[in-house]
Amino acid sequence: MMRNTLTAWFVALVVLMLLAVPAYARLANEPFALTFVSRILVFALAAVSLNLILGYGGMVSFGHALYMGLGAYVVGILAQHGVSNGWVQLAATMATCALVGLLTGAISLRTSGIAFIMITLAFAQMFYYLFVSLKQYGGDDGLSIPARSEFGLFSLASPLALYFTALALVLLSLALTRRLVVARFGMVLQGCRINERRMNAMGFPTFRYKLTAYVLSSMLCGLSGLLYANLTGFTSPAYLAWTLSGELIVMVVLGGMATVFGPLVGAITLLVSEEILKALTDHWMAVLGPLIVLVVLTARRGLYGYLLDIDAWRARRQRAAANATGEQP
Amino acid sequence: MTCMLQIRQLSKRYGGLLATDQLSLSLASGELHAIIGPNGAGKTTLIGQLSGEVAPDSGAIEFDGQDITALLPAQRALRGLARSYQITSVFPEFSVLENVTLAMQAHRGHSFGFWTPMLAQPALVEPAVRAIAQAGLSERCTSKVSELAHGERRQLELAMVLVAEPKLLLLDEPMAGMSHQESGNVVRTLQGLKGRYTMLLVEHDMDAVFALADRISVMVYGRIIASGTPDDIRNNEEVKIAYLGEEALPL
Amino acid sequence: MLGFVARAMTTSLFFIQILNGLQLGVLLFMLSAGLTLVFGIMNFVNLAHGSLYMMGAYFAASAYAKTDSFILAALVGIAGSAALGFLVERVVASRLYARDHLDQVLATFGLILFFNEIARWVWGASPVYMNVPPALSGTINLLGISYSAYRFAIIVVGLLVALGCYVLINKTRVGMLIRAGSSNPTIVAALGFNIKLLNATIFALGAALAGVAGLMSGPILSVQTGMGEPILITAMIVIVIGGIGSVRGAFYSAIIVGLIDTAGRAFLPMMLREFLDRSTAQAAGPALASMLTCIFMAAVLALKPAGLFPVKNQ
Repeated sequence: MMRNTLTAWFVALVVLMLLAVPAYARLANEPFALTFVSRILVFALAAVSLNLILGYGGMVSFGHALYMGLGAYVVGILAQHGVSNGWVQLAATMATCALVGLLTGAISLRTSGIAFIMITLAFAQMFYYLFVSLKQYGGDDGLSIPARSEFGLFSLASPLALYFTALALVLLSLALTRRLVVARFGMVLQGCRINERRMNAMGFPTFRYKLTAYVLSSMLCGLSGLLYANLTGFTSPAYLAWTLSGELIVMVVLGGMATVFGPLVGAITLLVSEEILKALTDHWMAVLGPLIVLVVLTARRGLYGYLLDIDAWRARRQRAAANATGEQP
Repeated sequence: MTCMLQIRQLSKRYGGLLATDQLSLSLASGELHAIIGPNGAGKTTLIGQLSGEVAPDSGAIEFDGQDITALLPAQRALRGLARSYQITSVFPEFSVLENVTLAMQAHRGHSFGFWTPMLAQPALVEPAVRAIAQAGLSERCTSKVSELAHGERRQLELAMVLVAEPKLLLLDEPMAGMSHQESGNVVRTLQGLKGRYTMLLVEHDMDAVFALADRISVMVYGRIIASGTPDDIRNNEEVKIAYLGEEALPL
Repeated sequence: MLGFVARAMTTSLFFIQILNGLQLGVLLFMLSAGLTLVFGIMNFVNLAHGSLYMMGAYFAASAYAKTDSFILAALVGIAGSAALGFLVERVVASRLYARDHLDQVLATFGLILFFNEIARWVWGASPVYMNVPPALSGTINLLGISYSAYRFAIIVVGLLVALGCYVLINKTRVGMLIRAGSSNPTIVAALGFNIKLLNATIFALGAALAGVAGLMSGPILSVQTGMGEPILITAMIVIVIGGIGSVRGAFYSAIIVGLIDTAGRAFLPMMLREFLDRSTAQAAGPALASMLTCIFMAAVLALKPAGLFPVKNQ
């Protein structure tokens, strides 16, 4: 379904560049490039999961780092106890995140608006404290992961395998999002964001759909945590920090909420910007903060959102031109 | 004549204001019943209690033989009680077709479909296209709501309540803000629905009301002061007093 | 269970924990009051409120180190955070009143990053210590129990502030404007009141309260970058439990949360040792204690989603 549009070209370009990174890293002898872009992909996956409930569903969760942290800790704790089978770890991550998502979601979704934001933040903080107090798993200092996840055919101990796994998962999740948001479920989810009152008046039991979306999102985010633990070889309470939750939201908004490709664009933009700023000054956060404020004040649609707007404007112009020529006798 | 809607002694108080005062009313099946009255009479509060968004302090509402007083709006909608809004409440980011198809989807099974696009499902789209035609909006089927004129948005409101073939339509000022020509279209549409649907119409447009209504009730300060055929109401002294200086009753 | 009561809880220990709970409670109230007021009136969620708390502490700590006068330090802390609050309102917050909460959350998140880094730049990454003022460094005798004079002073100040808020909101003309502005800002503006100035003042007032909480916390906690966020999250829990927008709700809820948190930290590990073996209790105790306020919030929300004292909105 490729059209000759700006966004189609942009997507193609980004995907090609991502596919070329391992070759570049090898040829230019820059292993850091591979680790760095792997990190971008891991966060992009988390951003995709958040975009589902925040961008499309309108649920502003300020505690999504919770699920990244849970995924990472499941890997760490299981590895600590000698279980490094990736499939077992994957199942455990999905189950844990689904359960925590179900419980916290069921409570949080009884509220909305600002209360929802605060409650998701509080729940994430609660688990942060939980992991800090688990001294047998490193506590505040975190936990070194003795062995990476083994998936039989491949192992995430190999940076290349990790990279391509992450890339494949990101592309797959983007494709699935694209299908989902125009299917029955996705339309209901978006309807809840746009006009929940009307959704209820039309007869939709909105709570169950929002909760389902929340649980799906938490499971996908847990998957990104599993990858992250394998990437860094480490897990710590810092992976549940509220600052991380905030960064995920920035990625989603920066890229373009309620767009399929936005989260990937946002992750790339934010992490690359952070690297550039870090190279310029030690006090890069004092620059990043105001930049975020600026983005909020000016660039509401997000980068990919603007590309979509440009395409829509061009399409309208073409239609208007076609109508004009059609009317000429 | 079966009774489609039975309101018994409905009351609602907001602090010092009695918005609904022991109101009783019944609608026969297939009837188009109009409620008129000065501003602040409590008409929208009444609609809110019927749709389930406002909880009454006391009284009961019976719909199609069943007590629905305790039911939520979503539950009432699924039983065939549909409401349109005085201030247009649609989905601006979606197209007209998407809006109406979504309204249909609420009544056709669950929405845990993750793969097939909503617009690719004929069971949803065909009734939507029919309702859009009924509301007179066919040429704008694929337009985004943000591109519609005000009158067209009111037509969309109508299409959204019609699509699931409800048993009772609660129409809250469907002609609000419309030009004379636009109102004419809506009157024709509603004329076409008479008999097939039971309708409770709240309206200020007197020409429309007297052209459409089988029966009219006049509401003042939360109470119904008069109820009857259009002729009865036209000649009722109390009604004239209530309206003196506000609107002229058609002769 | 009774064995535990007899063994662990002497009356004075119990009473001291109650007082500590009260002390934490009033600090939480001072922090929550500004947050819930700004939210209730301007519909603005200010995550950077914790930064105002932190800056109040930093300003006071620096002033105290330079002048050795706690009174002066307190004034600097309050004035500094109020001025900072005013600045934040004029430059950032006022542009976002009409926007949705997500925008406000993001923008104030950016402000948190900014303030934390500025604090680290100016004062360094190590904690800054603030001494308890000599006049309050002893203990006082309350019904036969010895309690820290400084902590008692916090309780007194906190209760006075609460009383002041009550009087301001319910008994003064400014308070009437505040209440009017919360339900109908356009009418207040139409009546000729400078709504912009009113909003800025309310924001600055909330910031000042946060500054008071910050500077009073200085001597008992350490003043360091990032100190605002953990307590801000607790303040949010307080507001959610109390009912968003309700200052009265924030007061009762803050006291309750302060008591639960303190009692939980003091007694839960001990209690658990009665039921579980030592090592499990050792691990679970502190964990559960820190999770207690959150669990309490979840329980309240399960029964009353709008909080204990919800504000009635149209």
